[in-house]
Amino acid sequence: MRITCPYCGTRDLREFSYRGAASDLERPDAEAPPEEWHAYLHLRDNPAGVTRDLWYHEMGCASWLVVTRNTVTHEILACDLARDVALKAREAKR
Amino acid sequence: MRIDGAGLINRNKPVTFSFDGRSYQGFEGDTLASALLANGVRLMGRSFKYHRPRGVFTAGSEEPNALMTVGRGAAQTPNVRATVQEIYEGLEARSQNRWPSLSADLLSVNDLLSPFLGAGFYYKTFMWPRSFWEKLYEPVIRRAAGLGALSGAPDTARYDRAYAFCDLLVVGSGPSGLMAALTAARAGADVILCEEDSAFGGRLNSEAEEIDGAPARDWVQAVLAELDSLPNVRLMKRTTVTGAYDQGTYGALQRVALHMADPGDRPLETFWHIAAKACVLAAGALERPIAFPMNDRPGVMMASALRSYLHRFNVAPGKRVAVFGNNDGARQTAEDLRAAGVEVAALVDSRPEAELPVGFNAFKGAQVIHTKGYMGLKSITVSTGSREEVIEADCLAVSGGWNPTLHLTCHMGARPVWDETLAAFLPAEKSVPGMIPAGAAKGIFSTAGCLADGQRAAKEALKALGLKAKASDLPAASDAPYSVAPLWQVPGKGRAWLDFQNDVTVKDVKQAAQENFRSVEHMKRYTTQGMATDQGKNSNVGALAVLADATGRGIPETGTTTFRPPFAPVSIAAMGAGARGKGFAPERFTTSHAANIARGAPMIEAGLWYRPSYFPRPGDAGWQEACNREVGFVRNAVGVCDVSTLGKIDIQGPDAAAFLDFVYCNTFSTLKEGRVRYGLMLREDGHVMDDGTCARLGETHYLMTTTTAAAGQVMKHLEFVSQALRPELDVSFTSVTEHWAQFAVAGPKSRALLDSLLDAPVDESAFPFMGCGAVTVAGVPARLFRISFSGEHAYEIAVPARYGAALYGDLVARAEVLGGGAYGMEALNVLRIEKGFITHAEIHGRTTAFDIGMGRMVSARKDCIGKAASRREGLSGPEREQLVGLRPVLPEGRLPAGAHLFSENRPPTRENSEGYVTSTCFSPSLGHEIALGFLKNGPLRRGEVVKLVDHLRGVETLCTVCDPVFIDPDGGRMRG
Ligand SMILES: [Zn+2]
Repeated sequence: MRITCPYCGTRDLREFSYRGAASDLERPDAEAPPEEWHAYLHLRDNPAGVTRDLWYHEMGCASWLVVTRNTVTHEILACDLARDVALKAREAKR
Repeated sequence: MRIDGAGLINRNKPVTFSFDGRSYQGFEGDTLASALLANGVRLMGRSFKYHRPRGVFTAGSEEPNALMTVGRGAAQTPNVRATVQEIYEGLEARSQNRWPSLSADLLSVNDLLSPFLGAGFYYKTFMWPRSFWEKLYEPVIRRAAGLGALSGAPDTARYDRAYAFCDLLVVGSGPSGLMAALTAARAGADVILCEEDSAFGGRLNSEAEEIDGAPARDWVQAVLAELDSLPNVRLMKRTTVTGAYDQGTYGALQRVALHMADPGDRPLETFWHIAAKACVLAAGALERPIAFPMNDRPGVMMASALRSYLHRFNVAPGKRVAVFGNNDGARQTAEDLRAAGVEVAALVDSRPEAELPVGFNAFKGAQVIHTKGYMGLKSITVSTGSREEVIEADCLAVSGGWNPTLHLTCHMGARPVWDETLAAFLPAEKSVPGMIPAGAAKGIFSTAGCLADGQRAAKEALKALGLKAKASDLPAASDAPYSVAPLWQVPGKGRAWLDFQNDVTVKDVKQAAQENFRSVEHMKRYTTQGMATDQGKNSNVGALAVLADATGRGIPETGTTTFRPPFAPVSIAAMGAGARGKGFAPERFTTSHAANIARGAPMIEAGLWYRPSYFPRPGDAGWQEACNREVGFVRNAVGVCDVSTLGKIDIQGPDAAAFLDFVYCNTFSTLKEGRVRYGLMLREDGHVMDDGTCARLGETHYLMTTTTAAAGQVMKHLEFVSQALRPELDVSFTSVTEHWAQFAVAGPKSRALLDSLLDAPVDESAFPFMGCGAVTVAGVPARLFRISFSGEHAYEIAVPARYGAALYGDLVARAEVLGGGAYGMEALNVLRIEKGFITHAEIHGRTTAFDIGMGRMVSARKDCIGKAASRREGLSGPEREQLVGLRPVLPEGRLPAGAHLFSENRPPTRENSEGYVTSTCFSPSLGHEIALGFLKNGPLRRGEVVKLVDHLRGVETLCTVCDPVFIDPDGGRMRG
């Protein structure tokens, strides 16, 4: 598998480590109800199809990346900096 | 028998080798199989289950029968396919799976028992009693049914791993592959051409073909010469592309030196990772057998293999050769044999309408229904339906048609598609992104068709690469049509083999169907068809056809046959090259490493780091004596210890304080400059991640330390929080673990030691307990922290790593003058347990801040990672196992780590466990063992006597629950 890091270009899988679903970016407010925190911490989708995952360019530029890929075809559809995704989400909230 | 001809062997270079202790001669360019055939050796192996005598069946990597052990001692390699192994001077090969010898194998008694050993016999016969399976049945079956064995000695040979990148990877160098490589190379693409064989050319090396009116090999040589001259082409022969993976990644195994008598310093094999923007799969096709009764005799082989031996190796595998087929390959083989001067005993074509040349003992619409000759073929029986004839023959060439070598197209989950006309599976459309099947791999079987399709595939690839093909003509070649009449099995008396390697017959597959294993996946597992090292290359399609017939379905309705990587066996040594021994885990050394080794300290691993365990002295009774002495240094004088392995993260920026407030559960924005604070870090799920100190070096500058074990994890976590959760914070950080050598100087005389060492004495007002700041040592800028992991008045001093070794030597020498010295990990551990300081033995991933008595550190005034979850029900309260100290009721009582804790009057069973011991040591200060552990509602049970039981070590000790701080509970020594 090869991932295209926005900073470093296309690199081999071995340079990256995997974290899990990109929903980790959507951290609830400190005072959010326990159900919301429970969903954030413990509930995950397991889609056959398009999914968004967090990868870390550990052997590269140390960027956290949001990789959009298809779990059926293994196609990688997009790779964005988690920082950009988080900032964009923050703006949309306002 | 060797015959005349212009094959690819070098008759000027004879090569001597041995098989089962007998010496033979072949020529350079021979495989083990061709050289043995040339010497008249037909018996080359025994089958897996029935120990049937077997001869070579193919001329390629799909060989199911001729598996041998090559080499001796540590370098011995089992299950080498004789059809792939090239001979070299002095090569030693031995047959396998026989005892005492290949010709007299006593275990062939299994063959007589075959009526009882059919499909599923393991499951049916050896079920009960259960305990017999492990002790009796399995070992006996394993001994009787097996492949070659490893030597058991470490392999000293070299292997390698390598990486390559290209525009276009061409897999296979037959007419399609060569044409594709040439077209792409001329257009300027960066091309890698991989060929599994030791020679480029594919089937062109094995057929009497012509291209542009000259022998096909001339064209091959011309193309190779041109490719070799181009700087944008890499030619890799003896290289099998073994797997296709995501985003154009391919695995390939190169046999670098397996064909050499003396590999020198070359690796035997190299495993390649190839990243290719595009790929042309020109892997050709594999001829398939026909399952007729007793089709496994030595001397029965594939017709295409026979032609390989004939044309490429100039070997006639028999004196009287019969040919049996369902397509024109049979006729072609007979004609080639005749042209080579080999007697053709019979030409049997199953097609009634076949047009057969004159001058042969030819049978149309006929089948081979039986064979004779236990150790080697003697005769075949041919039936036309109306009459039967027994014909003497010592070799039978068989062709059941061709299966495209589409294995790589299945590696990403695509299923091949059945083609009724070709009676074969073809690659599915777009099965692997970027891979373009071409030629025979796609079901195009004529040479002219392959040349044209290779060019077409290259053009398609070039288009995707944004390159333009140069106009060029196609060479002229034969365009004979391929017609095949499906023939999978021939009924008759006797077993008809489908999977030669695993001894699976037509009857076994029918039995599977009868017992309702009708799915192809169930049939395979029940019969073990396709599960040998050839991975069903010779048998999958045939077995599927027999299953389809037995279940009254068509082939596409019955299922497909798919393939997983690797295409051919890959040695683990090659895949794991560079990762053996020390290569498996690199070593990290501190700057004091050499000095510690010089002092004779046994080193222990801490992650990848190596740290001194203790410092032995002459006359010591053992490590405990050294450890006690070193604890004494710190408690009574001064000890020195290298603590550089702790993670150090330099954090800077206007928002550094806000960032730390968010990652630590306690507050750092209130920390004064020049001060240090203990920090506790939680995971978002409310459990403790790590702990350590964090110093504020300036208004916007902090230095965080992590535990040795969690340094990498914490760094990754900080990056995540910073980039993904708090991107608005202006903060940067970098790991400086390697940049600073840091030493603990601990004990009542630590101040005196530093005063003698530093350029200026320690200023008490600048360095109160938990103070930090800049100092200089012999003019070198250093950092001094007044922190303690021992409970004594202590400091840590850090210098740039290049001064580490010098400073360590100086510190230890000064400590020794003061009645102290270096201390190792054993003493460090005792010192911290005596003070109740935790490590990852306590914060092992399932403990919360509440559990370790730090629940109140989770600040109520701010949000932080793990705060919401730490308030969750069940993560605090009296039901939680919480940190306690334990001391034995009797001074000699032992408190082993891992032991469980029970109420004194309850039986020590799992359901009664109320806690466990995490850290333990002998405390020289107290004169008995002490321990840290977790106990339900522990802090409120101080003074209670509990029962400690270690079932593994057979220890049972009564102990008193106490405060985890055993020494100096008010911390006066540390602060004073
Ligand atoms: Zn990167």
